[in-house]
Amino acid sequence: MPPLNFSIILPLLVLTVWACLLLLVDLFVKNKGITALLAALGLAISLGITLSQVGATGTSFNNMVVLDGFSTFVNALLLVSGLFGIALAYGYVKRMGIERGEYYTLLLFSVVGMMLMAQAADLIIVFLALEMLSIPLYVLAAFARPNVNSEEAGLKYFLLGAFSTGFVVYGIALVFGATRTTSLAGIVSAANAASSGTSSLLLLTIGSALILVGLGFKVAAVPFHMWTPDVYQGAPSAVTAFMAAGAKIAGFAALLRVFSLAFPSLASDITPIIAVISALTMIVGNIIAIAQTNIKRLLAYSSIAHAGYILMAFVPYGQKGVVATSVAAGLFYLVSYALTNFGAWAVVIALEKAEGNPSTGSGQRGLEIADYAGIGRKHPALAAAMTVFMFSLTGIPPTLGFVGKFYLFRAAIAGQFYLLAVIGVLTSLISAYYYLRVVVTMYMREGEPETTSEPWLNLTWGLAAVLTVIVSLVPAPLFDWASQAVLKLF
Amino acid sequence: MIPINYYIALSAILFTIGALGVLVRRNPLIIFMSIELMLNAANLAIVAFTRVYQILEGQIFVFFVMTVAAAEVAVGLALIVAIFRTKHSINIDEMNNLKG
Amino acid sequence: MTPDLIAFFVLALIAIAAALGMLLGRNVVYSALFLVLNFGTVAVFYILLDAPFIALTQVSVYAGAIMVLFLFVIMLLGTETLPVSKALPWQRPLAFVLALILAGEAGYLLFFRKVTSGTIPQPVQTFGSPQAVGQALFNQYLLPFEVTSVLLLIAMVGAIVLTIKEKGGQGK
Repeated sequence: MPPLNFSIILPLLVLTVWACLLLLVDLFVKNKGITALLAALGLAISLGITLSQVGATGTSFNNMVVLDGFSTFVNALLLVSGLFGIALAYGYVKRMGIERGEYYTLLLFSVVGMMLMAQAADLIIVFLALEMLSIPLYVLAAFARPNVNSEEAGLKYFLLGAFSTGFVVYGIALVFGATRTTSLAGIVSAANAASSGTSSLLLLTIGSALILVGLGFKVAAVPFHMWTPDVYQGAPSAVTAFMAAGAKIAGFAALLRVFSLAFPSLASDITPIIAVISALTMIVGNIIAIAQTNIKRLLAYSSIAHAGYILMAFVPYGQKGVVATSVAAGLFYLVSYALTNFGAWAVVIALEKAEGNPSTGSGQRGLEIADYAGIGRKHPALAAAMTVFMFSLTGIPPTLGFVGKFYLFRAAIAGQFYLLAVIGVLTSLISAYYYLRVVVTMYMREGEPETTSEPWLNLTWGLAAVLTVIVSLVPAPLFDWASQAVLKLF
Repeated sequence: MIPINYYIALSAILFTIGALGVLVRRNPLIIFMSIELMLNAANLAIVAFTRVYQILEGQIFVFFVMTVAAAEVAVGLALIVAIFRTKHSINIDEMNNLKG
Repeated sequence: MTPDLIAFFVLALIAIAAALGMLLGRNVVYSALFLVLNFGTVAVFYILLDAPFIALTQVSVYAGAIMVLFLFVIMLLGTETLPVSKALPWQRPLAFVLALILAGEAGYLLFFRKVTSGTIPQPVQTFGSPQAVGQALFNQYLLPFEVTSVLLLIAMVGAIVLTIKEKGGQGK
């Protein structure tokens, strides 16, 4: 057997070992804040290794994992998301009384799973990575037990996730039946040589459709979004923030690897489906969000809507000339979304209060939009940051969200999906209503809000707000990096 | 020799029954059992393909699916037990605290 | 009708009947036991398909460990008898449409398409044996193997975190 090249997966290897050691160290540490800092250190080290791998490529372990520009980009984004996740959780878990060292180790393991997903070159690894990133999230969603909302969220997320896994596995089974291999590279060559009879093409198409359904559940696209708002609302806010960003990034990495790389020849069949899902998701997510009064549910539906926008980047994947820029636009939008997402949730956490009766689940106050009244006056910095995030989510300049949407719509038009771009613009306009309603409540209404001020929390929303504005003024370097990352793939 | 189509059809039928179970039943335990049925159906399809194409890879994948199913069961049942301890009921229809 | 075919149809019938029994059972314990029967018949199919190692794994892991765990939890929770509950009104029709679509696909595959052509060659004696599987597992599939072991660790940690009772802390 040829010698194994561990450097291909060095970042996630380091992180795995670090997480296992952290499990042990956590036994001897009384102050769980130290566990959090150690976890963050592990993420930082892994991030350093990832950045040192920029430009490197290779495959390893019998071609099961691959290292390329795309995986490096996504890994870096995931590690930064993990760091934000810890920053948000640091004070939050103590405040809510759910502090346990395992929170951080589970978070690290989930990040490892997501990174593995970004580097997958074989359907077996895609499947294992999917499970590895999901199982810690099921546990984390229910972390605030015996709070019944959290436990319900955990159970619903689990049932939804396991159901989607069933679809993914059956899809892989059919693809394997059609192409006789699970390696993505092998599938490409087998699919291109689809002169092996129409029946295997049928199996391949059905199999890939099932995988699409399974991954659709993961990124909460419509019509697979059934319990997602309940999960986002019930889980602890720090967990939801991490889940919303991380699972989406990993899900899109999976979609890219599996569909753009492995099934380009099926583009004519699959593209209309993805276009319809994207349009439905944008429409449904934005329209239902209008009626929400709970900020967590609002952000949940907003998250669903943004999945729709990002799916737009995958629609032209069959068209050779357009696919690179559109996927780069998708990556760019993922960065913008992750940043804005963590910032907005940081503000939500700052306002969330721990009172209430845990076993009936009522009374976690500070989570209705009405509770945001008066922040403009009392905590101007916080209000300004939230305004930036709301603008960014709507797509109003000068924020990263605006630049991201601009790139996305441009890509959709270049791929001649004019209707999709129009739907995107219209739904963005609709979304302005509920995003700006929060801003209006903050500045125009009177109220006595109580906020929590913690160093890491403040750092999170402050940094996110600053970056959202500044990077939007010079988007070129980030977009170039994203384009470089994607270039070698197509 | 039994044509492979028969096995695929059987696995498709079992998969459908599993999916139906998830959508129609209200008890999380039965929903979970239906999901296991779905995974099992997929395994059957893979092993059938493996037999036809003589590629051992499929059986390895089935091995991994079984292990992952076991891991999921551990976590899922722990979740169900945790909920039961709090609510003393595990009827999905009663889990509507979060409807908004 | 060769004996092979008869055996297949009998077993298939048992498997489907067991699955339906699990689906429609009013008593959770009966559903679990029907599922065990289903897993057993699938294990027999695996043996017919020259996958002895997988068949034994199916019996020991699926029927032997997973379903036993299910039965433990069912007994622990005392949910042996279920009150009759109704599903959401739109789900039944949707479920039946889904069932018809998938069953239609199954019928289509069964009767109109040949997925393979020609005769299926007999594999070598050691195909699917533990040696063959083990060889592949530790050579080509080392990475998934290690990832699976980490996954089991995660599941353990998760299950304990969810159910542990602190001394005077959270948990009731």
